[in-house]
Amino acid sequence: MKSRYLIPLGVFAVIALLLALGIRQAPRKDLVPSPLIGKAAPVFSLPSLANPRTLVTSAQLRGHWYLFNVWGTWCISCRMEEPELLAIARTGVVPLIGLDWKDTRSDAITYLHREGDPYQKIAFDPGGLEAIQWGVYGAPETFLVNPEGIIVYKYIGPITPGAWRRDFLPRLPGGHAVAGS
Amino acid sequence: MIPELGNFALILALLLAGAQSFFGIAGPALGRERWTAAVTPAVAGQFVMVATSMGCLVASFVANDFSVLYVAHNSNSALPLFYRIAGVWGAHSGSLLLWIFLLNCWTVAAAFGTARLPREFSARVLGVLGTVSLGFLLYTLITSDPFLRVSPPWPDGAGLNPILQDPGLAIHPPMLYTGYVGLSVAFAFAGAALLEGRLDRQWARWTRPWTTAAWAFLTCGIALGSWWAYYTLGWGGFWFWDPVENASFMPWLMATALIHSLAVTEKRGLFKSWTLLLAVLAFSLSLVGTFLVRSGVLISVHSFVASPGRGEFLLTFLVIMIGAALALYAWRAPLLKSESGFELTARESFLLFNNILLVTACGTVFAGEMAPIVSLALGLGKLSVGPPYFDPTFLMSILPLLALLPLGIHARWKRGGLGGRGRILLLALAAAAVIGCAVAFGVFTGAGVLSPIGMTLGAWIIISSLIDPIERLRRRISIPRSVLGMTIAHIGLGIFVFAITSVQAFTAEQDVALRNGMSARDGGYTFQFKGTEAVHGPNYGGVKARIIVTRDGRPVTVMYPAKRTYWVQHIVTTHSAIFIHDGSNILVALGQDLGNGRWSFRLQVRPLVLYIWIAALIMAAGGLLALTDKRYRIEPSSAEAAAKALPAGGRTQ
Repeated sequence: MKSRYLIPLGVFAVIALLLALGIRQAPRKDLVPSPLIGKAAPVFSLPSLANPRTLVTSAQLRGHWYLFNVWGTWCISCRMEEPELLAIARTGVVPLIGLDWKDTRSDAITYLHREGDPYQKIAFDPGGLEAIQWGVYGAPETFLVNPEGIIVYKYIGPITPGAWRRDFLPRLPGGHAVAGS
Repeated sequence: MIPELGNFALILALLLAGAQSFFGIAGPALGRERWTAAVTPAVAGQFVMVATSMGCLVASFVANDFSVLYVAHNSNSALPLFYRIAGVWGAHSGSLLLWIFLLNCWTVAAAFGTARLPREFSARVLGVLGTVSLGFLLYTLITSDPFLRVSPPWPDGAGLNPILQDPGLAIHPPMLYTGYVGLSVAFAFAGAALLEGRLDRQWARWTRPWTTAAWAFLTCGIALGSWWAYYTLGWGGFWFWDPVENASFMPWLMATALIHSLAVTEKRGLFKSWTLLLAVLAFSLSLVGTFLVRSGVLISVHSFVASPGRGEFLLTFLVIMIGAALALYAWRAPLLKSESGFELTARESFLLFNNILLVTACGTVFAGEMAPIVSLALGLGKLSVGPPYFDPTFLMSILPLLALLPLGIHARWKRGGLGGRGRILLLALAAAAVIGCAVAFGVFTGAGVLSPIGMTLGAWIIISSLIDPIERLRRRISIPRSVLGMTIAHIGLGIFVFAITSVQAFTAEQDVALRNGMSARDGGYTFQFKGTEAVHGPNYGGVKARIIVTRDGRPVTVMYPAKRTYWVQHIVTTHSAIFIHDGSNILVALGQDLGNGRWSFRLQVRPLVLYIWIAALIMAAGGLLALTDKRYRIEPSSAEAAAKALPAGGRTQ
């Protein structure tokens, strides 16, 4: 008869086990749906950070894979992410296009000069209007865009080496050969 | 300096919580008087430290100290002072600190409330509360310290999430948390009874006001959250079976069951181990709710961004806390003997059904809540469970509950039967059916099967709740506050059922695209779009539309639905316009700019929806009134006196 008082404990043990298994799966960010994945990347035409007279446009990038990385010098997580971005740039697998978000030109140029510049091109968005088009909530956010201009993947937060291997590389054609770089 | 002080105070609080937990549990267990006596000072000390820490975080927010990472993330110098303070609980770390602060407030209240109870019992209650606090303080300090500094300091903060910049949301989390955390007191009382291995009717009487108080706060908190969702999320819904809503609803169902089961334990000395189990489960569910929101296991509009480690820690804490309580239950509960039996038609039976149905309802919600996690755990991918599951399964257990309520409140204890009230209850049912059908088919059109049933049940609950107070008034018998409170709470439930039925069955809503000057009809009203204009706020800009509402050619009102863009986060929020007319809520939400001067709108006319929240507040008010009853006041010597003279059962309450 006494064993019936053990039932709640038993049920709880099963639930706790399921929760533990659930946590292990939870960090899989690819399970988080983003409304932009599978949609066309926004069409943009923005002044370049380095030279305000030249433009960075989505038309230039058509036909190439690229990583669109939203960052700012004020963003602490972006600074954390910087070494990994430099490492990605060194592999030459895919070009990085930066969107310098809500920043000042002099801060950004000084910062890149000091820390190294992983980007092939950087668009300058001091007012933050372009980031709205991309549905950016906070920096850093990184979008993987294919040659047809479709957003294949979106990553929120600083890219880690693990995320790069697990989430980005498998989505690139063959994991390596990339046009345009 | 201030953030470091806050952090240091939090560490001291952790040590004091450890002392409170140890002395409170070990003191009475080993019979060491001086250990037992050390509990109260530890409670006082911990409260002061946690309050200091809370004060430091508020001060950092008020002073715009963006060298504190949490402040930088959740505030901004352009934010009005009110929302800078609300920013304290705008995200994970600060809301944990709020949780701990409220736990300490309840603990101090429990220390005062149990001061006249046997010393060992009081120490054990405070010891269990100290253990809960210890776990949460450890969690906060290890994984979510709100006082972390950032170097260099941010020039300005990232701002508070705009959907949180609303008076409803600023007060809704503290209210909800007060309820969640309040259940810890009932949990601690259960823990103390289990540690002692003894539970009598007095215990139930001591526990009841605490449970009712927590329940009342929880009711208010859920209602406020639902009201906020209704008017800010922009599509005019009020309950979405969102994981986080469920997380607050499950403890509420359990607490409701507990309130009723405690009544039986107090009056009749029955259901003892069941009552204990409910007290443990109610608080456990609020802990599980906290876990589900913060671990990243579930994805919800409310979810805080999870960082790895937090989930694991919380789960470990959960397993230790709930596991220990349930193990203690398995060990000690068999010792508790029920004092007597009862007939099938006795009030005890009805309260048993109440409990079974409420727990079943809670179980179905829990199953729906867990389904995505189970699917994730078994590698079946992401799954989401929505209203098509929750609505019918929940109704299946709630409809019988509502139908039994009028009988239950009139059934006699022990011997059973309705005590000659059968006829008047039948009359009440007939009157309710007339009202229900008249409203469902007469006032509105197009009623289905459920709406007359729901309205009849609602009306029957209201009418039958009034029978007893009216009879007492006629015979000039005074009505104890606990009975009055119960009556008010049940009337609130009746109004709630009536209102929600009407809303579910008779809401008229549509999405329309309008050009300047065009109009659309919905729910008998005509909405004419009269162009848009810009609006300017302290930290946002936006656009508002002008809508002229008429019915049968007569003007009703002019409404201004708006959209705001918050500069700092670049987030657009919807501010629906709501107007109450003839008991219906008219809601207009501004949608997208479709170009060429065309805008999309959502038009919605919801009859009686306002009464859903009013009913919830009536229920909470009934609960608060009941707990002021003389019966629950513990007089200086009553602990001994009550032991001698237990009140007879009878028909009171």
